[in-house]
Formats: sequence, C-alpha cells, structure tokens
Amino acid sequence: MNAAIIVFPGTNRERDMALALTRVTGRKPAMVFHRETALPAGTDLVVLPGGFSHGDYLRCGAMAALSPIMAAVREFAMGGGHVLGVCNGFQILCEAGLLPGVLLRNAGLRFLSMDCVLRVERAGTAFTSHWQKGATFRAPMAHGDGNYFADEATLDRLEGEGLVAFRYADANRNGAARDIAGILSPNLRVLGLMPHPEDLVDPLMGGVDGLPLFTSMAEALVGV
Amino acid sequence: MLHAPLPTMTNPALDNPGNPADKAGMSTLTLLPPDRALQLAAQFGLKPDEYDRVLGILGRSPSMTELGIFSVMWSEHCSYKSSRIWLKTLPTSAPWVIQGPGENAGVIDIGDGLAAVFKMESHNHPSFIEPYQGAATGVGGILRDVFTMGARPIANLNALRFGAADHPGTRRIVDGVVRGIGGYGNCVGVPTVGGEVNFHPAYNGNPLVNAMTVGIARADRIFYAAAAGVGNSVVYVGSKTGRDGIHGATMASAEFSAENEDKRPTVQIGDPYAEKLLIEACMELMATEAIVAIQDMGAAGLTSSSVEMAGKGGVGISLNLDAVPQRETGMSAYEMMLSESQERMLMVLQPGQEGVAEAIFHKWDLDFAVIGHLTNTGRIEIFHNGALEADIPLAPLESEAPLYRRPTTETPKLPPLGEVPDPMGLAPALQKLVACPDLCSRRWIWDQYDALVGGLTSKRPGQADAAIVGIEGTARALALTTDCTPRYCLADPEAGGAQAVAEAWRNITATGATPLAITDNMNFGNPEKPEIMGQFAAAVRGMAAACIALDFPVVSGNVSLYNETDGQAILPTPAIGGVGVIADAHLAMGLAMPAAADLVLIGATRGWLGQSLWLREIAGQEAGPPPPVDLAAERANGDFIRARILAGEVLACHDCADGGVLVAVAEMAMASGQGAALLPVPAGIAPHAFCFGEDQARYVVAVRDAVAILAAAAAAGVPAARLGVANGQGVLVCPDGAAISLAELTAAHEATLPALMAG
Repeated sequence: MNAAIIVFPGTNRERDMALALTRVTGRKPAMVFHRETALPAGTDLVVLPGGFSHGDYLRCGAMAALSPIMAAVREFAMGGGHVLGVCNGFQILCEAGLLPGVLLRNAGLRFLSMDCVLRVERAGTAFTSHWQKGATFRAPMAHGDGNYFADEATLDRLEGEGLVAFRYADANRNGAARDIAGILSPNLRVLGLMPHPEDLVDPLMGGVDGLPLFTSMAEALVGV
Repeated sequence: MLHAPLPTMTNPALDNPGNPADKAGMSTLTLLPPDRALQLAAQFGLKPDEYDRVLGILGRSPSMTELGIFSVMWSEHCSYKSSRIWLKTLPTSAPWVIQGPGENAGVIDIGDGLAAVFKMESHNHPSFIEPYQGAATGVGGILRDVFTMGARPIANLNALRFGAADHPGTRRIVDGVVRGIGGYGNCVGVPTVGGEVNFHPAYNGNPLVNAMTVGIARADRIFYAAAAGVGNSVVYVGSKTGRDGIHGATMASAEFSAENEDKRPTVQIGDPYAEKLLIEACMELMATEAIVAIQDMGAAGLTSSSVEMAGKGGVGISLNLDAVPQRETGMSAYEMMLSESQERMLMVLQPGQEGVAEAIFHKWDLDFAVIGHLTNTGRIEIFHNGALEADIPLAPLESEAPLYRRPTTETPKLPPLGEVPDPMGLAPALQKLVACPDLCSRRWIWDQYDALVGGLTSKRPGQADAAIVGIEGTARALALTTDCTPRYCLADPEAGGAQAVAEAWRNITATGATPLAITDNMNFGNPEKPEIMGQFAAAVRGMAAACIALDFPVVSGNVSLYNETDGQAILPTPAIGGVGVIADAHLAMGLAMPAAADLVLIGATRGWLGQSLWLREIAGQEAGPPPPVDLAAERANGDFIRARILAGEVLACHDCADGGVLVAVAEMAMASGQGAALLPVPAGIAPHAFCFGEDQARYVVAVRDAVAILAAAAAAGVPAARLGVANGQGVLVCPDGAAISLAELTAAHEATLPALMAG
C-alpha cells in the first residue's frame, strides 16, 4: 500500500500517522506538501492527518480545503481512491464537500483530550474489515471542534445508507449529532473520523486498539 | 515627543561604509536631555547608580533607544543581577553534559548519538495580568529556546502554583492558564505530558506559571547563539513586529501593586500556528549548512537577541530597522527594539546562503528579512529612517552590568513539632486528603492537554511518577518530571531546595530511568528584602548539595524574582525539571496497582509530620521543620529501586511524597481500580504518623514475592518492610482495619477540581 500523507501548514499529527502506517505496511508513506498539485504516482491511500491547518483561522479546515493539493485529492476520491481524514482531516473533508456535514465547536467549549470508546457501526469496508459490527474499541481524542453536525435529512440518509462508521459508545463529550464519531462516503472509500486510532497502535502507547483500522486498509489496498 | 532642542553628536560609525545613514547623510544621534533621561531611567526601572554606569559607558547622555536597551538588558529578568552570584555555585557539569547554563537551553548526551535539549522558564507576571496569553506565550517562549538549538521539541511540562482554591480570583486564573497552555501546546503539536500544581494563599496575587520544553537533536548538530564572521548577514525570521510586550522584561522585574490593569499592554500575544511554522522552517534550514548562529527573540526581543549574539561572538552588529517586518505603521526604533512580539528568531547566515534560507521561510509563509550585518566595531549600531538611533559598545554592556550581592538573612529554624494527636482516624483522613486541592486528581487539567501528539508518549499523566516519551528510531525513552514542595521551602529553604531536587530524581528513578540532569526555575519574592534573598541563597545551597550527591547537575534555568503583590511574597518555589533516560522504553514502570502482588515499602519511616499535608489539612497547622533530606539514603534507596525495576522484579512503583505512604498506596489503587489490604503499622510509631508522615527517600513497590526483594534490600543495606498485599478487590483496607471503597475514594479524588472550576 502506497500512502500519501498531506501536510498543510499547521498539520501536526503527520508523524503519528506515518509511524502507524509504517508499522503496519513496512513502507514509509510519502509526505505531500499542500502546495503540490499532484499526488505521487501509484498512490493507493491519501491521508489527511490531524492538526490545526492554517491555525484553525477562519474555521477549522476551511482554508485547507482550498489548498492546491485538494484538487488532486478530490479527483483521486472521485475516481474511487481511498481517502482517510482524521480529526482536522475529517474537518477538511467536510469543508471540501467530500463528506457531508460539518464539525462545530465542542458543546462544552473546551478542548477534549482523553480516550473515548468507539463502536463500529459499519464493518466490512476497506477501513473497518478487521472489526466486527458492534465491536467497541478505545481511541484517543484530542480536539476542540469535534461536534459533528448535519441537518436531519442528511443524518437520516447517513444512517439509512449505513454510512455512519463509528459512534461514541461511552459518552458523547463533544455534543456530536447522534453520537457520530466517523462517517463514510457513499462509495465507502472516504472515511472521516474525529478520534485518533493512530495513537493506539503499539503496546508502548498503551494499547493496540487502533491497529484494525490500519490492518484493514493494508489488506484492502495491497497491490491496488 | 520631546519639545526642547536636542543636543546631537557625530556618529562614530561614520567610517563604517554601508551604513544606511551615510547614504542619507543623517548620521547624528538624538540624545535625551539629561534631566529627561534621568526621569525616564527611573521609569524604566534603572536605579540611580545603574544609570550612572550607563553615562560612564557612553560618555554622554543616551538616546531614547539606548536608554531602552540598557534598561531591559540590565533588568533583573535579563541580567540575573541579584541571583548570578548564587547560581554560579550550582554544579553544572558531568560527563554527559554537552552544554550547561548560559545558552538558550541545556544539552545532555542521551546515547545513540542523540542529545536532549531542555529548559524551564517562568511566565509568572504576564500570567497574572492576562492568564491565557501569559501562559500561552510562556509555552511559546520555552519552545523557541529549545528548537533554536536545533532540537525538535518532543514534550512540554509545567509547574503551576495558584492562590487558595477558595480565593475569588483563583478560578479565573486556573481557567485562563490551563486554556493558554493547552491552546498553545495542542496547536503547535508538542504533547504536554506532565506537570504539577499547588494551591496556596501565598500565590493569591502571584500565580506561578513555569513551562518546560524538552527536545531531541543530533549530538553533533547543536546550534548556538555566538555570532561570527564580520560582514555576515543578520536575518530576521518569523512573525512581524508589533507594539506588544514593550518593556515586558522590565515589568517582570518589579513588584505588583493592586493597580496592574495598566500593565496589560506589556503582555505579549501568542500565535501557536506561527510557532508551528517557525519550528518546521527552522528544522528544515538547520538540516542545511546555512546557519552560523541563531537565537530566539524572547524577553527584550530584538534587543537581547542581537546584543547576546554579537556579545557572545565578540563581534559588532549593525541593524537597519527599516528592514524589520512590521505589523503596525509608524513604529519608532525604541518600540521595535523593545517589542516582545512572539514567534520571531534572529540568525546569522553563512555568506551567500540568504537565498536558500529565504526560500524555506517563504515556503512556510513566514517573514524573512536581512536586517543587518556583523561588524568589527564591537558595538551595536541601530539605524532607522536614515538616522542613527543607538550606538553602544557591547563589551561593557555585559561586563559592567550590575551584579549584586544583596544582603541575606537566614530563615530561622522552626521548633520541632511535638506530638500531634489524630483527630479522626486513618480512613476519614485519607478520604479528606485525596480530595484536598494539593492532592486531588488533576484530570480536569490534563484532559485539556494533548498528551499524545507525536505518537511517542508511553506513560501519560497519572500513569507513572514521570512521563515517559519515546525517542523515534531508538529503543530509548526519556523520563520527565517537574517537582517542588514550596511549603517545605518556606519552613527551611535549604532542606526544601534539596528536597525539590531529590524528588525529581526519585520520580525519574521510580520509572526505572536513570536521572541525568535538571533545569531549575527559581521563583521568589523581592530580592531587595534580606529574608527573601536569604531564602534564595539557602535554596541554592540545598539544591547544590542534592545535585552533587545525586549526580544530577543543573544545565539550564531561569529566575523569577519580585513575585510579590502589595508586599506579600510567594512561598519560595525553586521548581525543578528533571530529565532521565531509560535504555528500553518497554521496561518503564508505571504506578497502577496490579491485581495481585505483595506491597513493600522501601526506605526508613520515622513518621515525620512537620509541614506534612496531613498536618495542614487534617490538624489545621502549618508547623514544624520539613522532613530532613538524607541524600546518602536517597541515593542508596533509589539506586536499589532502579536496579530491581530494570531486573524485571517490580510490577508497579510509586514514590512517597505529599500525603505519605497511605496516600501513595491509595494513588496506586485508584490508578487501576485494584484494591489492597495493608498490615498494621509497626510498633513504636503512631498509626497516623506512619501513614501520613512525609519522610523522604521512600518508594512503595508492588512485587510478585516480597521475600526476594526484602532479602535483596537487606543485602544492600536498604530499609525495606512488608506493607501489605494488592488483592484485586475494589477496597483499600487501612492499617487499622478500616476499609474504604475505591469507588468512593476515587469519586472524592476526582470531584474537587471540576467542582472548583464549575464555581
């Protein structure tokens, strides 16, 4: 699997993501700066990592969504490519219109940094095949704007089409609509989620709960 | 503006070709009239004898900009004029020390060709005036001190002291400081992995915000501040300069009065996004050979960075302020030289490397400007709008800086504490202690700090006595802690100084890591008061003794004096930031109670209740001498514990500190939810003194079999005693047989801060 991690100014979890991807695939992902206009040839997976792209100025992810590289990411996604957006990456995917809805300020107005428990709502995708539906796992969260919001019709459609990937299973700390922590695109190839499975992939980090995300992708995207 | 006609003088730099002033033909310095200069000098915090030195160095009246430069460079904050003679007595060397105090941060060898670069610094005064920005820019400033030396920051810690929990101002300050630390660290992407917090009425008017950053660099790629190469370009990078923070260093060198609202403009405004870009751009440029010297613009901004770089390199420097990127229009030379706008660096580049550097900084959307060059004049010459604004010889600016051996008086020793009866029994006292502000759970705070970004945090806050952060590409990890017990320092500054160092060493040891070096952040009151200066001198004495006994030298530090409001001084607070290394991160020990284990207490217990939290919280007294620090016992017990951990014989380890052994056991139990049953206390000691006494050099360890470790301890001459068993039940059975449900204990422990902050 050839992964490309997009680095926006202010991105800060690209190293975590690279460590996790390298651990599972044995291959270092390419780091692609936001001013580039093309993805590396042979890219199987694009990752928009966490951080504070453009300092969260204007609105989280809003400016990054207009970066030069995003045209190539959009084209990649439209062509059936796999895209993973975590935290700020999820915010960018929403701002770019690649996923519906938006991430609002946390309901309690404080930055939230703790482990949460996620429930797998949609198994069998390139991102979730190594979990059973209904399985729960621990994932660190670290965000100030993780309160997922979409209009009722959109939420109903996401639920109806089985596009809710993960829900908060222990507590809804950020106020997300219907406890939603992560959603998929209709073709199941774009995933955005707020928590950070990449920070729990090694016993040294305190657990390997996040590993199935990466082993799922590695299996699905091998030789794609 | 000044209305009187001003005297002028000829520019001595006229012979130096290339000065913009020559071209403009305006090479005269506008001097302040003597009476006006004298008045301004006092306003800027220069004492009359200090101002006389200025006149002696210049041989004339200063210009406005020159007076500003002298006043900030000779402020307590920048010159360490009251503290230097004492700081010089601290041990600063060891075979693993690469750079001791005197640079932007200390540097130690941690093996594998790598170095740890670290320092702790205060942002106390700004955090009282404007808690969010004060704390945020404190984090930003210390980060720059570390990455300016070529190290990528991998961890932040802090040491915070707030006023009494029930003081009306405390909640606002805690909230702002915690948000500020989180707001900056989370955005810049450096994990906040540890820290400590105390509450005491002595901090009501002077909270302390001490921020520490630790970075990793290649041991052979450390960058220093000493400028070299006459003619080389002096380059400004980062954010633009505005009018914020002017005279921040001067403000931090004076006491507060109740009317400090007007000091708000001296507080800087932070932009962690700009800092993140600055880190990435500096790391990228540092991978090339373009940089000769680099220094961040911290306190006293462009003034201290340019003066220090040129001074350390023994060269002169000429600056053209017209080239400085500016955020506001119409700024004067004085304002630009004294601005403390954040996220800025000054560099000296190798000849011809300007293009390489500029491309990198523009890639990261940062300003880049050549604002001057190095000269052979030994002077700092500053030009603005074609006029000479300052012309100061650098050598005397440093060598003739004031240095004071201020009068000291020794803190009187307190009389021994007599018998203090137990008013309530062990279990109720434990329940009350774990919920008191100094011992309650810090979860409310650390839940707002990203402790994981970077992917290398291995023990997070609350999981071990020191934070454990791995080093990419190696099996190694760093063990990091901040420690100080100010109530001990007030009662006996020498013992308190030693205890602070010993506790940092112990916390690192309890994880299995080898303690290597410390950074110190000396927070005290007004040094012009002999009793305060006496506290300082005694604390340094105690620290030095501990550093020597424990092979734990000081490699960097910071001093914050004048922490007084309306004459009320803080508790003397020499905060210690400790760094250790463990060769295999997998061996790092946590404190969570296992489901089944024998519990053993290492170290001697006399039941020392003087200055203990039990005495304060349960008996309502702050009395008696603090626990003595036996450095030989500290060393022997710690070396014993570390060896047992690295041999794989220990399941959990926690040092005994605030609250004593029963609190230590309770903290271990609460960390995992697994209970324990303790044996009756030994004969000859009161149960409450055994349980809550704060004798030093002690650890509680959980082991599979007590017999082996007791035998090893006996062989090593280390006191050790069976304490009880971990039994996997959700109950803690105290030595008197009273049982407390862990759920109940944890609820009390967790409730305090949220309740305080919900107000």
